[in-house]
Amino acid sequence: MTILLQTIDLHKSFGDTRACDGVNFLVHQGEFLSLVGSNGAGKTSLVNLISAQLQPDSGKILFEGNDITYATVSERIKAGIARSFQIVNLFDAMSVFDNVALSIFSREGKITNMAALANHDRDVHNETVEVLGQFGLRDKSEVLAGGLAQGERKLLDVAIAYALRPKLLFLDEPTSGVSTHEKAQIMDTVSSIVRAGTVTAVIIEHDMDVVFRYSDRIVMMHEGSFLADGTPEEIKANKDVANILLGAPLSA
Amino acid sequence: MAILTIQILNSLFYASVLFLIAAGLSLIFGVMRIVNMAHGSFYGVGAFITAWLIGRAAAYGLSPIWLFLLIPVGAAAVALIGAVIEPVLLRPFYRRAEEYQLLVTFGLLLIIEDVVRFFFGGLPVTADVLMDAVPSIHLSGLVYPGYYIVVIGVGAAAALALWAVIYRTKFGVMLRATSQDRRMASTLGLNVGFVYVSAFAIGCFMAGLGGAIIVPSQAAVLGMGIDALVLAFVVVVIGGLGSLQGALVGALIVSFVRTAGIQFFPEIELAVLYLIAAIVLLVKPTGLFGSA
Amino acid sequence: MKATNSVSVRSRIPLLIAAAAVLVVLALVPLVAGLYQTQLLTYGLIAAIAALGFNLLLGYTGLLSFGHSAFFGIGAYSVGFLLRDLGIHSMELYILIGIPIVAIASTLFGYICVRHTRIFFGILTLALSQVLYSLALSLFWVTGGTDGLRVARPTLLASLFDFTGPGAFQRFLITYYYYVLVIFAICVVIMWVIVHSPFGKALQAVRDNETRAAFLGIRIRRFRWLAFLISGTFTGLAGILWAPLNGLATPDVLYWTFSGEIVFTALLGGFRNFTGPIVGGIVYTYLKTYAIATTEYWQALLGAVLVLLVLLLPTGIVGALSQIARRFGAKRAP
Repeated sequence: MTILLQTIDLHKSFGDTRACDGVNFLVHQGEFLSLVGSNGAGKTSLVNLISAQLQPDSGKILFEGNDITYATVSERIKAGIARSFQIVNLFDAMSVFDNVALSIFSREGKITNMAALANHDRDVHNETVEVLGQFGLRDKSEVLAGGLAQGERKLLDVAIAYALRPKLLFLDEPTSGVSTHEKAQIMDTVSSIVRAGTVTAVIIEHDMDVVFRYSDRIVMMHEGSFLADGTPEEIKANKDVANILLGAPLSA
Repeated sequence: MAILTIQILNSLFYASVLFLIAAGLSLIFGVMRIVNMAHGSFYGVGAFITAWLIGRAAAYGLSPIWLFLLIPVGAAAVALIGAVIEPVLLRPFYRRAEEYQLLVTFGLLLIIEDVVRFFFGGLPVTADVLMDAVPSIHLSGLVYPGYYIVVIGVGAAAALALWAVIYRTKFGVMLRATSQDRRMASTLGLNVGFVYVSAFAIGCFMAGLGGAIIVPSQAAVLGMGIDALVLAFVVVVIGGLGSLQGALVGALIVSFVRTAGIQFFPEIELAVLYLIAAIVLLVKPTGLFGSA
Repeated sequence: MKATNSVSVRSRIPLLIAAAAVLVVLALVPLVAGLYQTQLLTYGLIAAIAALGFNLLLGYTGLLSFGHSAFFGIGAYSVGFLLRDLGIHSMELYILIGIPIVAIASTLFGYICVRHTRIFFGILTLALSQVLYSLALSLFWVTGGTDGLRVARPTLLASLFDFTGPGAFQRFLITYYYYVLVIFAICVVIMWVIVHSPFGKALQAVRDNETRAAFLGIRIRRFRWLAFLISGTFTGLAGILWAPLNGLATPDVLYWTFSGEIVFTALLGGFRNFTGPIVGGIVYTYLKTYAIATTEYWQALLGAVLVLLVLLLPTGIVGALSQIARRFGAKRAP
């Protein structure tokens, strides 16, 4: 499998806390990877470093072979990295439709266009409808994002990132705070878009049920470095993992 | 050489006044996270009230010592006005969007400017009598108003006093705690409302004091408030909003540049200052001592 | 609350009809109202253009500028300079040359100002207009100081209309009204397209959630800068149109209180919708005329009304009206 993303000896500290301690992270094209670990293990910091929200203290980040360590947010998005957020981050005063359409306009380079009406772009319109359909939000397209239920907000958050048609999609706790039914909805959608070969997904998750059920590969972080890296079966058999994740089910 | 000394003294004089205004602005922002667009107007009100008081007192034949005491009285009057305005007009807007806070204080600015015009008329109000009362000093053949030295002294004293209050008193601890984390402070039992109105009143006192001490040397005129606001803003941009040292350093820098500017480019002095502020904003947006 | 997203032009028809109706009413004004009212309404339309430009920044980009008088003033003074130093009398040339001048100024000032938001942005813009004001006063041999620059009656449509001879002033007022009305209509259409374009949507996204907008690949600073440029240019155009009507370009249109008036018009009409500033600009012009006639302290009145508006009617006239309409519509629905 081709390597899509690679971090080399990535370091990031906040004072005495080592959020990322010499992290060598590999993501293969087309896989569904889960990044797990207890709170404060460094998962979100790693994603923040990769998505340009943080600058590393040292180390390199390579995407498709290119060094993006100091690339800006918009450069990384153009390169094909997108993310959603732990705390849902939407444009609450705009409709669900507009939320997704914006991503498409941005991706297509049409976002600086001030001489045409946004609603008259048929291509963007059709693609927006398609994406909303994939995420089960089509009948909510006219509702303002601020008026959605929590589960729908999470779906929209993922949809917005997905609509950028990234090569690599980072989802920060996509199922936190939602009901079991909604969890399945979100994860099935993400899983199907990965299976369709259109995107590689890395999710940060705490719900081990979800992790074991959907992931191709699981990477566990602990205090800034990797503790384990393998398929769900390998991880389940790993004693260190079991020690860290107290109470996690070892048999699915 | 003497001329250089005079220029330096002039700069220090002006810096004292600027420091008072800017420190007040910074204090209010530091504790309450609001910028009072009418802050400059409080400076103007301080100038007008003090000039009027001095004029009245002089007419009654009071000696200069008493006239001097009217300066803190003028400043205190402004503090009182501030103490009334904060709970009535500003507190309802803390939870609202920031635009509304700016709009309300802007509205306050408009009101105050006209209120001053209503009470004091359109003509400048002077308090020269106080300045004349202070003997001039002689600097290698040149005569320099002793009053300016007094002002420099007041500025230095105010800086020290403010520093002492903030960093050495229990009240100062309360101020700093509230500025760090409002909710946490109230959870710990601090009366946030009291802290707010006190901080605002102190800030207004500083602005009023600035106006009070400058008015014997420079008549109180309409519109002085807005000019002061712009300059105070340049000071806090350079020094960093919310920082006491920043206000001091910023005031010194602005003042020295202004003095040099008046010497060489009098017409574009304000433009030069704005240019400096713009450069500082480009290079170090939070100012020399500010934090994001 | 629902938003509309239909692609068809058909849904826009009620809007087009309403706009056409308003235009017709405005066109009929000089025929039924007197010269004074016509002149007043011309000022109102000019104020509406200024407010429309201002509100692109406030309502759609979330940036509150206290220095828009700078652009209005630059526009007005450019007319004065073009007349005095280049002998130009054509209104079209005033506009064609004036617009790039204002645009350049907006670009320069915007570059500095949009590096900051909120408080700093507000006071940066305020300081900016004050610097220009102080320059206009101090460089009096260039700018005419407090006397300002005289602006004679221009020729409209390349000397098609010339205003000399008996009754010239009246003819000028009426013709100029229609001239401004046409430009006003064009400005409204252009702004409407901009606001409903992908760019306009992106601005609103930047306003609502800067972080997320950045993570969509939107370059925040650039968008704010572009919005600033368009906003300043519209307000500057208003200044260009204002100068010939006022006959004089003076420093007071650079003063901070004038910026405050522009802010006020947007707030009065309602800055969260498109038509708010238009309504605000026109209504304010009338209010100000009557306020000045009533009291010398109209500035304090303005300030007090500003505070009351923020307290009681934050969505402005249009906002309040649409709230009432919605409640009325909800009652009627079964």
